Amino acid sequence: MVLSKAVQSESDISLHSTFASRYVRAVLPRFKMPDNSIPKEAAYQIINDELMLDGNPRLNLASFVTTWMEPECNNLMMAAINKNYVDMDEYPVTTELQNRCVNMIAHLFNAPLGDSETAVGVGTVGSSEAIMLAGLAFKRKWQNKMRAQGKPWDKPNIVTGANVQVCWEKFARYFEVELKEVKLREGYYVMDPDKAVEMVDENTICVAAILGSTLNGEFEDVKRLNDLLVEKNAETGWDTPIHVDAASGGFIAPFLYPELEWDFRLPLVKSINVSGHKYGLVYAGIGWAIWRSKEDLPDELIFHINYLGADQPTFTLNFSKGSSQVIAQYYQLIRLGFEGYKCIMENCQENAMVLKEGLEKTGRFNIISKDNGVPLVAFSLKDHSQHNEFEISDMLRRFGWIVPAYTMPPDAQHVTVLRVVIREDFSRTLAERLVTDISKVLQELDTLPAKLNAKMAVSAENGVVTEHDMEVQKKITDAWRKFVADKKKTNGVC
Amino acid sequence: MPDQPIPKDAAYQIINDELMLDGNPRLNLASFVTTWMEPECDKLIMSSINKNYVDMDEYPVTTELQNRCVNMIARLFHAPIGEDDTAVGVGTVGSSEAIMLAEVKVKEGYYVMDPVKAVELVDENTICVAAILGSTMTGEFEDVKLLNELLTKKNEETGWNVPIHVDAASGGFVAPFLYPDLEWDFRLPLVKSINVSGHKYGLVYAGVGWVVWRTKDDLPDELVFHINYLGSDQPTFTLNFSKGSSQIIAQYYQFIRLGFEGYRDVMKNCNGNVTVLKEGLEKTGRFNIISKDVGIPLLAFSLKDSSRYTVFDISESLRRFGWIVPAYTMPPDAQHILVLRVVIREDFSHSLADRLIADIVKVVNEMEDAQSIASMSHAHDGTPSDRSTREMQRGITKYWRRFVHGKKTSSVC
Repeated sequence: MVLSKAVQSESDISLHSTFASRYVRAVLPRFKMPDNSIPKEAAYQIINDELMLDGNPRLNLASFVTTWMEPECNNLMMAAINKNYVDMDEYPVTTELQNRCVNMIAHLFNAPLGDSETAVGVGTVGSSEAIMLAGLAFKRKWQNKMRAQGKPWDKPNIVTGANVQVCWEKFARYFEVELKEVKLREGYYVMDPDKAVEMVDENTICVAAILGSTLNGEFEDVKRLNDLLVEKNAETGWDTPIHVDAASGGFIAPFLYPELEWDFRLPLVKSINVSGHKYGLVYAGIGWAIWRSKEDLPDELIFHINYLGADQPTFTLNFSKGSSQVIAQYYQLIRLGFEGYKCIMENCQENAMVLKEGLEKTGRFNIISKDNGVPLVAFSLKDHSQHNEFEISDMLRRFGWIVPAYTMPPDAQHVTVLRVVIREDFSRTLAERLVTDISKVLQELDTLPAKLNAKMAVSAENGVVTEHDMEVQKKITDAWRKFVADKKKTNGVC
Repeated sequence: MPDQPIPKDAAYQIINDELMLDGNPRLNLASFVTTWMEPECDKLIMSSINKNYVDMDEYPVTTELQNRCVNMIARLFHAPIGEDDTAVGVGTVGSSEAIMLAEVKVKEGYYVMDPVKAVELVDENTICVAAILGSTMTGEFEDVKLLNELLTKKNEETGWNVPIHVDAASGGFVAPFLYPDLEWDFRLPLVKSINVSGHKYGLVYAGVGWVVWRTKDDLPDELVFHINYLGSDQPTFTLNFSKGSSQIIAQYYQFIRLGFEGYRDVMKNCNGNVTVLKEGLEKTGRFNIISKDVGIPLLAFSLKDSSRYTVFDISESLRRFGWIVPAYTMPPDAQHILVLRVVIREDFSHSLADRLIADIVKVVNEMEDAQSIASMSHAHDGTPSDRSTREMQRGITKYWRRFVHGKKTSSVC
């Protein structure tokens, strides 16, 4: 009897350790789906290993989006990962949880509701979607109004500040609404309510104010905007409403600044969006759009479908999506409660102050951000002659920190800032470590001559440093700044 | 919002327990969306759950994985690009977003579009004709090839240059593996963009779709935004901004894990199980099969005789066994037809198919028995006869249909 031996060891693949197998020698498919399957362990290992070269999310100080949640919540999320949120009939509890979140958030924003009245709102994938929904509601309402009055309704516009997040520009472009931007100026990096109200005309569907500007965390003065707009509406009869983009600020202001009137307490505020995945403390993939009342969300925008077996109203831009983030949001709301959120925001504020003071102590930075607002620190160099913020940003990467540098939108595009966002999981220890590392970077940069300085040094050796060399250096720095500023829409920020 | 916090274990338990009363996703036969993945992939998903996909500069590998997926899908659809060319496309949250990006206006009211009628409707203001590969209702593939031919002719006559978009939400990951000779994709010259759901037969959990364009010229550059908030230029063309990275990574996992042959095997198995289910139902003698054999692996069927009980009754009764099988009306002008639909996903095995058949038979027998008892007792008492009972039931069913239909039943996913 002959013992047959397998020609290849294909059948023994499962016995091979992944790193012993041929799969780690093969070129990873980039352009075309591979013809054959590979073992799941190999697939896992290969992808896992490549992903090691991604940045560490928790050291990503650029982002407002949550990067840490309790393990209990992770378990809930994993268990719900195969639930398609839109199957409301099949997953009634998950749907109920969304409704509860909407109610809680609406109450947090002082929506004029009775104690057991259901709020008008919806969970979305993020603030982009929420803003588009709110914008669509305003556009439709305005069109209906104009049509009823026999006036033209083909040229709607929206008034915002130039510091607005890119999704507003997307909304304007994709849904064909003119965007009228109030320009910024040096020292004033948010929308000026007076200028905004001036720009309002008969075709304005709404004025959008930002609670927590991405650039420097400032809260816009929504109350002043409301007061001025009320006056103008009384004169003109146009009835222009306000939308508050509270993507970041919506889960901060109620806890840190409860007296600040920015929400539905102001009569002209008709809708608000907030990101659950920013200071709502949930992972990426959840936002909320809340309307003041039923009248502010035209019924004709709501779709009813029944293909899943029962009537289902839907007003979102996305249809199928995961349920995990909705459940996680509910978890946070009941786990932390008002007090829990308040403590977290207070901690973030304090750590922002620690960072700010540490930076001020170096004597090298101007602080652009305000104390009141989203817990972040935006700062720029006092002296730009040798080095700039982009170099600091680059060098910090070596330590593992991701701290972005960017230019302000018009008309302040000559100002460059570094920005650190303080999230829940950024402790005081990390703040102090960051200050130390920034100081290290500064010291290193000081010893390193600017590449241009080397040129100057050479010419200095040969003779006197000429005016010409200084001009060259200035030209190069200006060119760099212009290059960055000229890239399409560098003022589009998040 | 409660004023005080509670311990995390309490929060977990409370929510976990409430959620027990949700349906079991794997028994949800209504949905096309994936409900099971390998544990290795679950691990990858969990470890990337805190990565915000939009931070392309911070997570370059994740971004690279998206690009690779786009390349693979474009080639699967025969996009006319060279071997090392980068395809034009983007990952989205689902086909809804994908379709909006392709600026498509889908015509309502057809449950499978008649290409001849569609081309007749085309005028100078038509931005595109949208064909569906894998109708939600019956899983049928529309005849994109015929549409292309007719539209080419009309374009020649009129000079309007009207293009085609294919909504391959379901079919995009079925046709290439089961029907590779079916010409529906970029092999047809007028097809300029295609969307497909990664979370349907792409075999990934809910939350990922793809849209690919034929070439760069088919995606106007003015629609692409560039931002620099993270320190370097970053193009963005999606409706959503921040979102999780997990599903993108999971899609790439599936592509390299299964490869072409793996996907083909999965689809073949699905088809096999459809046949099992179909034969089992035909054997009962009570059902008409509405869905076709060629198409998405699903089974749509109606009752031969709806006079005494309807598919809505069957759907409701099946819930007792844990099955979620939806019943619905067809859109105009076929709304008098009521169907039950079972979608066969990857994780619906032969044994589950057998069990479903057994339970449907149970349910139907129950209803038959209940009916005969009712009619018998009525005849006994000399109270309203069979006939008027039937009429009453018909009246109720009609009312039900009208109620459901009145709520835009023609809008489907």
